[in-house]
Amino acid sequence: MRRRLLAILLFGLAALAGPARGERLVLSVSQPEVLITSNFTGADLVLFGVVEGDGRPKPRYDFAVTVRGPAETFVTWRKSRVLGLYINTDSRTFVDSPAVLAVATNRPAAEIAPPEVLRREQVGLWRNIFVQRVGPDFADVVPDDPFRLAFLRIKTAEGLYAEDPFGVNLLSPFVFRTTFRIPASAPVGSYEVSVKLFESGLPVASAVTSVMVRKDGYGQELAAFAEDRPWLYGFGVAFGALFVGFGANLLFRKD
Amino acid sequence: MTIYLPIAELPVAIFTIFAMGLAVGFISGMFGVGGGFLMTPLLIFTGVPAAVAVASVSAHMAASSFSGALSYLRKGLIDLPLSGILLAGGLAGTGLGVATFTVLRAYGQVDLTIGLSYVILLSGVGLLMFVESVGAIRRARSGRKAEVRRPGTHGWFLRLPFKMRFRRSRIYVSVIPVAVLGLGIGFLGALLGVGGGFLLVPALIYLLRVPTQMSIGTSLVLTLVTMTAATVLHAVANGTVDAILALILMIGGTMGAQFGARAGQRLKAEYLRLLLAMLVLAVGLRVGYDLVRPPADPFVVRTEEGRR
Repeated sequence: MRRRLLAILLFGLAALAGPARGERLVLSVSQPEVLITSNFTGADLVLFGVVEGDGRPKPRYDFAVTVRGPAETFVTWRKSRVLGLYINTDSRTFVDSPAVLAVATNRPAAEIAPPEVLRREQVGLWRNIFVQRVGPDFADVVPDDPFRLAFLRIKTAEGLYAEDPFGVNLLSPFVFRTTFRIPASAPVGSYEVSVKLFESGLPVASAVTSVMVRKDGYGQELAAFAEDRPWLYGFGVAFGALFVGFGANLLFRKD
Repeated sequence: MTIYLPIAELPVAIFTIFAMGLAVGFISGMFGVGGGFLMTPLLIFTGVPAAVAVASVSAHMAASSFSGALSYLRKGLIDLPLSGILLAGGLAGTGLGVATFTVLRAYGQVDLTIGLSYVILLSGVGLLMFVESVGAIRRARSGRKAEVRRPGTHGWFLRLPFKMRFRRSRIYVSVIPVAVLGLGIGFLGALLGVGGGFLLVPALIYLLRVPTQMSIGTSLVLTLVTMTAATVLHAVANGTVDAILALILMIGGTMGAQFGARAGQRLKAEYLRLLLAMLVLAVGLRVGYDLVRPPADPFVVRTEEGRR
């Protein structure tokens, strides 16, 4: 498992380092930190990027922006009919998959680069690598695996996964702007924003920045308290409940 | 206006939750039941994860049962020794229920277990109450007096060893069936997020022959203690008690219960039981329909978690 990951990593690095040319990507995100407060309903972020070119007059750059939320392990269950009841029977475990995944490109990915490049660079929801636990082994499976399809479909329906083939606006051939959303039900943690720059179907540069999402205010304190001192929290809630009950009884006492 | 629930990690419309608390509180005040069997499915329907719904509803039940128990205590309608024995079983059952819940979550069968248990319990109890209340209404119509205590037929389980006299309830029975009854209610309460009042009250009336008012008061004590324990245990074992959610439910619930109690006093007892029976039956059938009907989407995605 570790060796396999290492191989993927090395392969990726080699691919990135391969076409060493002059371009450099500079990114700026509108809000490096998103605070979840009690009235949080999601946050819209804007990402700007500039290519510092290598002096050639008229390049045709393509941009692929991928936002990956904190890794979580998901289980996709399939219901089937057993004795007339629909119950969860089969499951696949998706290990360390992003809780949020948003992909935006300036034109459909298929026009940007050939399929093998897109797959290697993981451009697009379908080409993102989702590692499944298959018995004792870990591997991604064919893209049309029903569990993988269902996983993507459900995450998309929940608003946590999104893909926009025209989501990156080019302000000039060198400057782009894109927006992405941290949904209200998104988990806290570090969101990796990675941009890949393509020219004539080849990756020429990439850059990564990140957005920190964390709870703030009493919500954060409460959650941290519940996590760190569960006994105290449990007793606190229980006594709070009794207090409310007592108060209500006094308040509405008839005699 | 939405509020972000820090443990459930999702925003909810605060007035929707409050209105649900109010409505369920009204029903629970009217019929003298906890209402957990309505609240938990409603919360799950609004998108709150089942685990958080069950755990937070137990905090809400603790609040509303304490409020009710105080009123019954003032009127002397609580049999403390009886509730003590019920509790001994009840607490063991609560621990067992929370542990079972943790195991079921690991196997992805929480939904099925909750669903099936709801169907069996609610349809069963609903049907029994329906038959009983229709019978009572008929008897009342034909002018006969309703039988408070059916003569003879003492269950064999009441004659087991360790007999004890419960003076307030005017019964002399073995403590074994009482403790087992408590165990079952505690177990179901922790597993399903129901107080078990709708099970315990009929069980006390029909199995142990405790007077009706005394049954309600005594069952409130059991609900109070098991739900308080369930709140603490869920917080520790599963980390799924959302204090904010529970608080909104409590405020709505305790307010609704006052109005419900007033409305309930205007109805005749047997009509009240008939209404409750139909409600319980309807919820049971609704949950059952979801289990039998082909799902719109056969797939569900869950976040894998031991402890959130």
